Amino acid sequence: MVESIIFYVFAISTVTTATAVVTVRNPVHAALFLVLTFFTSAIIWMTLEAEFLAITLVLVYVGAVMVLFVFVVMMLDINIALLREGFVRYLPLGLLVALVMLGLMVSVVTSDIFVLDAASEPVPKPADYSNTEALGRVLYTEHVFAFEVAAVILLVAIIAAIALTMRKRPQTKYQDPASQIRVRKADRLRIVKMPAGED
Amino acid sequence: MTTEFVPPDLMPALPEMVMLGMTCLVLVVDLFLPQEKRGFTLLLSISTLLLAVLAVGAVAPSSGSVSSFGGSFILDQLAVVLKIATCVVTILVFIYSRDYLKDHDIYRGEYYVLGLFATLGMMVMISAHSFLLVYLGLELLSLSLYAMIAFNRNSLAASESAMKYFVLGAMASGLLLYGISIFYGITGTLDINAVSAAIDGQIEQNPTALAFALTFVVVGLAFKLGAVPFHMWLPDIYQGSPTAVTLFIGTAPKIAAFAMAIRLLVDGLSGLQLDWSQMLTALALASLALGNVIAVAQTNFKRLLAYSTISHVGFILLGIIAGTASGFASAMFYTITYAITSAVAFGVLIMLNRKGFEAENISDLAGLNDSNPWYAALLAIAMFSMAGVPPTVGFYAKLSVLQAVVQIDMIWLAIVAVLFSVIGLFYYLRVIKVMYFDAPASEQAITIKDALDVKVILGANSLSLIVLGIFPSLLMAYCLLAFA
Repeated sequence: MVESIIFYVFAISTVTTATAVVTVRNPVHAALFLVLTFFTSAIIWMTLEAEFLAITLVLVYVGAVMVLFVFVVMMLDINIALLREGFVRYLPLGLLVALVMLGLMVSVVTSDIFVLDAASEPVPKPADYSNTEALGRVLYTEHVFAFEVAAVILLVAIIAAIALTMRKRPQTKYQDPASQIRVRKADRLRIVKMPAGED
Repeated sequence: MTTEFVPPDLMPALPEMVMLGMTCLVLVVDLFLPQEKRGFTLLLSISTLLLAVLAVGAVAPSSGSVSSFGGSFILDQLAVVLKIATCVVTILVFIYSRDYLKDHDIYRGEYYVLGLFATLGMMVMISAHSFLLVYLGLELLSLSLYAMIAFNRNSLAASESAMKYFVLGAMASGLLLYGISIFYGITGTLDINAVSAAIDGQIEQNPTALAFALTFVVVGLAFKLGAVPFHMWLPDIYQGSPTAVTLFIGTAPKIAAFAMAIRLLVDGLSGLQLDWSQMLTALALASLALGNVIAVAQTNFKRLLAYSTISHVGFILLGIIAGTASGFASAMFYTITYAITSAVAFGVLIMLNRKGFEAENISDLAGLNDSNPWYAALLAIAMFSMAGVPPTVGFYAKLSVLQAVVQIDMIWLAIVAVLFSVIGLFYYLRVIKVMYFDAPASEQAITIKDALDVKVILGANSLSLIVLGIFPSLLMAYCLLAFA
């Protein structure tokens, strides 16, 4: 009973905030609504007993990715009017696609195509069950090869990002600490003798 | 809750470990090399690939297959042959691309490092026996390719095609992943053997849901292979990328895409063969028709080769559709020989490039025979092989695929394939005509670089097309063994 109340409260707020993300005019508000969406979905995951994933979602997405996102939104001068251009023009087409998708989904879900009999109902785990431990147990043993390949993918991402963005522009100014230290007073300072005023 | 953990047998993955270790070494060594010593990076990259080939040979099982990492990694005859082919083709690519990179001021270590990482991704895909590893290998390959295309930052066309490839590639990966996740939902496992067993058990109760998931997997595969109607990216990306990268994209990844198709469809989803062979038939017919017909209208040689790739993908699919061991073996033969042939075609094109001049139109080839009969002859052999003229290997590859299709009584499909190949003959012969009989448009005759090593290796590569054409069993025996 309590679980159902929790689920419905947070499910409704997830949907509401997700809608707000795409409808509010201010991009900073949209980003903050997205934070709230992530947070409420984390709570829904928590009710599914996926504590580790829920905490990771909050830490990684809310804590890191979205903060970065808000920074970028604040630093860039985004022209909202330009982003909204053509909204009305594309609305009918978008609505049509959305309706077709909705119709397809309803027809799939209500029909008996996806038989759930094959899968048994999940049994709740006892309170002292740690799914962080369960994940850790298989991550470095059973899935060690996949884990290593994922690590290589991240390495490639770093190399690619550096190779594509780092370039020496002629107008870029660099610091050279060695020559900064070697500098002597005579190089920078010139004492000019001025005759004293006569009046 | 302590469970016994048995450490996996690491030996079967030795080639991958050698590749990864050596690639990291190349990455670090390259940092400390001055620009004029960049040749050392190339040398080190080639020795990495040679070491990987040796490692594959060292751990290759004499018969049957070895699996490790809880069944998610497999080393069978198929994996051995395809890994060696991938590494050898990548070596050719690295050698041919050297002068191009120098001339275009992109002779940097990252090209080789990313190329090696892409090769590692292909090797992971080839040996993957779990949906998760297929996907991870694919991402490693694609990510390296996106970066390689955008590598020449001064070229707007390259940035555009990198963007295009990235967006479309991410979408295709998403579709593939969606299909995989539905299979996971239905079968409860990602392991390819277990999925196959679960499908055999559930095919009666759940046919629609399985077909639904299969559709997404086939779409993802068709995109990666470049089959019509998921081919739109190919011509643009072939044309926009630096030719050194086009050379890479057009050769080795085809072998990996074939391996992915075999692992997913044949090893994992053989229970749904009836469904996927129908889907592939439609894709193959469309690819054969569109690839061959639209190639006729191309004036850009890179676009022409892109459309020719599409039509060749149609042939490879025909072999898979046949669904028999000989069909798979002939598709494998076709894929490997296509990669070798395509290396010659792009290799000659790349040698026509020089500083400040990007050779990419068919008209740029005019008069090649007068200025350099050796390269003209090599390109002619490659064109004959792609067209399927005996005694080149292309003829035997097409013949064996068609035989496999005829064996399963789909004679109409074979006839359609032959008809479209005849159309294809036109544009391959036109390239030869331009090389031998047309006068160059500008006064300045084609100057072609005279690097002796490339000349010899390109010659040997081209000669292999004729040798394999006369003695196809040199390679075909291994292909048959892979599906025995």
